Amino acid sequence: MRNRTRTLRTATAVVGALGVLTLSACSAAETGKSQDAAGGEKTVKLTVPSWVGAQANTAVAEYILEKELGYTVKSQQMGEVLAWDALSKGDVDAIMEDWGHPKEEKRYVEDKKTVVKGGDLGVTGHIGWFVPKYFADAHPDVTDWKNLDKYAKEFATAESGGKGEILEGSPDYVTNDDAIIKNLDLDLKTNYAGSEAAQITAIKKYVKEKKPFLTYWWTPQWLNAEVELVEVKLPEYKEGCDADPKKVACAYPNTPLQKFLNADFAKNGGEAAEFLKNFKWTTEQQNEVAQMIAGEKMSPEAAAEKWVKANESTWKAWLPKK
Amino acid sequence: MTAAVSAPAAEKKNITGPSFRDVLRHPVKGKLLALAALAVVLVPAGVTLWGSGSWPGALHVDISGPLDDANRWVIDNRDSHPLFLYFLLHLSNTATDAVGGVYDLLRSMGWLGVLAVGVLVAWRAAGLGRGGAKVAATAFGAFALCGLLGMWDATLLTIALMIVAVALAALLGVLIGLAAGLSDRINRALRPVLDTMQVLPAFAYLLPFVLVFGTGTPAALFCTVIYAAPPMARLTALGLRGADPSVLEASASLGASPWQRLRTARLPLARQQMLLGLNQTIMMALSMVVIAALVGAGGLGEEVYSALSTVDVGKALTAGIPIVLIAIWLDRTTAAAGDRIGRGVPGGGLLHGRSGWALVAAGVAVAVSARFLIGGAWPEAWTFDISTPVNKAQSWITEHLSSGVPVLGGTEVWSEQFTVWVLNPLRDGLLWLPWWSVLLIVAALAWLVGTWATALTATLAMSAIGVLGVWTKSLNTLSQVLAALVVTLVLGVLAGVVCARAGRLERWLRPVLDAMQTMPQFVYLIPVVALFGVTRASAIIAAVVYALPAVVRITAQGLREVDPAAMEAARSLGASTRQQLFQVQLPLARPALQLAVNQGVVLVLAVVVVGALVGGGALGYDVVKGLSRGEMGLGMTAGLAIVCLGLVLDRVTQPTARKRP
Repeated sequence: MRNRTRTLRTATAVVGALGVLTLSACSAAETGKSQDAAGGEKTVKLTVPSWVGAQANTAVAEYILEKELGYTVKSQQMGEVLAWDALSKGDVDAIMEDWGHPKEEKRYVEDKKTVVKGGDLGVTGHIGWFVPKYFADAHPDVTDWKNLDKYAKEFATAESGGKGEILEGSPDYVTNDDAIIKNLDLDLKTNYAGSEAAQITAIKKYVKEKKPFLTYWWTPQWLNAEVELVEVKLPEYKEGCDADPKKVACAYPNTPLQKFLNADFAKNGGEAAEFLKNFKWTTEQQNEVAQMIAGEKMSPEAAAEKWVKANESTWKAWLPKK
Repeated sequence: MTAAVSAPAAEKKNITGPSFRDVLRHPVKGKLLALAALAVVLVPAGVTLWGSGSWPGALHVDISGPLDDANRWVIDNRDSHPLFLYFLLHLSNTATDAVGGVYDLLRSMGWLGVLAVGVLVAWRAAGLGRGGAKVAATAFGAFALCGLLGMWDATLLTIALMIVAVALAALLGVLIGLAAGLSDRINRALRPVLDTMQVLPAFAYLLPFVLVFGTGTPAALFCTVIYAAPPMARLTALGLRGADPSVLEASASLGASPWQRLRTARLPLARQQMLLGLNQTIMMALSMVVIAALVGAGGLGEEVYSALSTVDVGKALTAGIPIVLIAIWLDRTTAAAGDRIGRGVPGGGLLHGRSGWALVAAGVAVAVSARFLIGGAWPEAWTFDISTPVNKAQSWITEHLSSGVPVLGGTEVWSEQFTVWVLNPLRDGLLWLPWWSVLLIVAALAWLVGTWATALTATLAMSAIGVLGVWTKSLNTLSQVLAALVVTLVLGVLAGVVCARAGRLERWLRPVLDAMQTMPQFVYLIPVVALFGVTRASAIIAAVVYALPAVVRITAQGLREVDPAAMEAARSLGASTRQQLFQVQLPLARPALQLAVNQGVVLVLAVVVVGALVGGGALGYDVVKGLSRGEMGLGMTAGLAIVCLGLVLDRVTQPTARKRP
């Protein structure tokens, strides 16, 4: 008797599970169709990189695309190289801010021709070594790389084993620092924080305690509005001095940040593609939005809305001519 | 080192004076002596051929080249090759449709409908009695909080992904478990595969999946399934193997065919184990939520991940709490269902069997139809923001605890001392050892706890690390794992002993342990860095937090299951509480303690990669770098090295499983 009840119950459970599966299969098929029907050419897929500056670009582009041009925007957060891959496959239509990926650029833009350039973003990025302003004020000569060894002891931590520590960020970011330290024969050691969040937290912690530190850092960055950092001058950058990653002994270049579009989207994307190609603003404008997101903890949508309402003349110029 | 290994054996021989044959028969000395003899022959040969010191460069095979080539091949061919067009793309589309379908179904049910399903199913599964009411209340609280935190929609998306992932993982697990449970040969062959699946860091195989399936739901889904399937497979196999032979005999003698025997005797008997497996599978799947977000899966994981970029602990916690709540809801529901099976089926009644389910269905139908009255989305007014107070509390705590605390010194000072006095010497010591002596130590330890086969596996795994060319980094990671393991075991066993002796404390501690285990590490990475700085000590803290709950649970469980008769006897002989603990309970709970060590190792190793996000460096960093820079060779090499380390550590800490037939 008990066995029969059990069998019955199992049967009910199986039927129920199958029912749910069938149901989900049905609605799944519908979703696929309805997405195509509703989306079609009116959907734009953007990638949201992990740093706030690029979130500002995407948020503003998303807001204008949705409110002014009537598109549906799907934005997705992912790593940089993954985004390139997705861009090539058409999973993503555009990358709004790229800091230079020569390997991917060659593979997808030149060889496979699945990605095309979308023009300058208007913002210039720069990577370098930075010390806090309070330390540079007290020791003005620290801003020349030749004097860094003198302060190695001040930068030392438990991790750096007697040498000076240079704090590194996420593995995502381009860095030649190990090579630079070796080739300039500096008494320094890299310590990889492993994520931008960890690096920012560490910097904030140092600043609160007014401790000296040396860090790999870049502009534009929202934290620069909260924490004053001074760049250390490395040997001047010359074209090609970073060609061999093992022999780099010079500063990082100034990188005009680029936009990239999926090739099909650039051709058939209509108004949206044209708008994204026209999108161009200044470092200050980007920082303004980034600061609202990171400093004031506004949501990206709210920050974009505020900026768009206040800067109509700037973005009107990006809209496709009719 | 050869001398060091053989010396104790030789010395003991002189002191105790037994004949050489006695030494050979003694299990420990015999093994050591054999190993020493082997070492005397092999080590000088190895040293003269390749030199001493770090792993010899001559014995290094670079696999990153072929891996990078494979990477390129996939990128070049995935739009045109039939393998992709006719097989993998179908998989990918089905996965997207399935998750999307479940999500749409959940959304169309409205918030009240989903709430009703969660609560009523929990109630029904837990047996409708008073226990059931408690589980139902837990479910209600969990769902309500998710809504109140303003995370309703993200929660639904995560639940949809979980439903599909857990269903697939359970199906895969049951199939593998059936094969392993019914055939000894398959069982032996599958064990190392399951071990590898569990230790291989998810980050390492995220990249190949992304290359093949693209970013988005499919890659996330398949990674979750691979990670979550092993416990289901293991426990299914265990349940099938543990079936009472007399029952099987009886059913065979009644003339049941093998298929009938499986269906009517073996599977029902294994039900409790299988439900435990399902429970474990759900927990493992949930721990992948944030990692899945790294490849664009959306839901709660993406909320946590995006909060990280603005260093917003409050926002990360707001998204992290629902993950914990989902875990608690599912854990309590499946655990209650498992308990009920253990207790046997209660007599029929109005609220049992099909009528119970009918009641659930009716309740759900009413709740779903309510959506036309009150709307489908969680009411905006019923949400509150916890991120601001959390951020304030976090900055207050880190400011006051990190340094300048009188007498204690503060967390930053501790982490510095720990790095300088424990981690650095440990790492430098391991690096100082010549490569052959590391192999000898591994072989000796593995042989002492297991058989010669154990020793061979462990030694080969250790050699593989050297051959992969990441010897130095692996020893650095090993030093961190060992330090984390010691801290975890000391804290975990202490807490376990306290829990076992004070039952009330354990009930109070249970949700805390649940939260520690299921809260995504990403949520507490920022406070950890704020307190301890960017150092390996921070990475170790993250590992300890993750591994501690399992150690506490296993220890407490083991101590509580000590034969009451033995305890009674000790008490009647007048043993003090201390004596009872140290001379009766702990020795009798030895198998449980060994299991705790083994689980500790596996769990600590599983978060090596996460530790790299806060300054752990070494292998974990390479894995993250490989994923984020698309350098498959680098990431996979480091991932394989972590697996090898896992095999070594697993083999030297798992004595009982070896000896069992």
